[in-house]
Amino acid sequence: MEVMQIVAFGLIATVLIVVVKSQRPELGVLLSVAAGVILFLLVLDKIGSIMDVIKELTDRAGISMIYLGTILKIIGIAYIAEFGAQICRDAGEGAVATKIEFAAKIMIMVLAVPIVVAVLQLLLMLVP
Amino acid sequence: MGNSVDIIFKIAGVGILVAVLNSILKAAGKEEQGHLVTLAGLAIVFIWVVQLLASLFDQVKSVFKLF
Repeated sequence: MEVMQIVAFGLIATVLIVVVKSQRPELGVLLSVAAGVILFLLVLDKIGSIMDVIKELTDRAGISMIYLGTILKIIGIAYIAEFGAQICRDAGEGAVATKIEFAAKIMIMVLAVPIVVAVLQLLLMLVP
Repeated sequence: MGNSVDIIFKIAGVGILVAVLNSILKAAGKEEQGHLVTLAGLAIVFIWVVQLLASLFDQVKSVFKLF
């Protein structure tokens, strides 16, 4: 039962963060960063195996790997940016958090441009 | 798992130690050294957290094929 481990870990981390934050707010922030990283690392292996299954399904359906790769990259960027932005917001820096999210949106847009161009070219081929 | 819980306890320990040392030094009238102790604790914890973050970014890169 890995869920129990994760929940217990989260509770322990929360209690420690509350204790430390009242004395030293900056160390409390670092503690919550560490707790977040560890919780994500615990589930990252599982995400990897899910990704392998999705890749196999894509192969079987005969869809080009370029599209799946782009989608995976977008998911990765979105997760990392969300992680950073939440930590900034927790520490009371909403402005920095908003800028991180903005930058991530730009990065995702850059990745999505080739797909948009491909769709437009397909449309142009259809129109005589 | 055990290793990852370890680092949380280590960070919390440093935090409590720094707080206690700070209040002792303040009571002894050595405020500057209290500030230095705070800074040292922050640097130590920062090094641990940055290493942890680097491993997170590496793993995310390899899972989501971000290069």
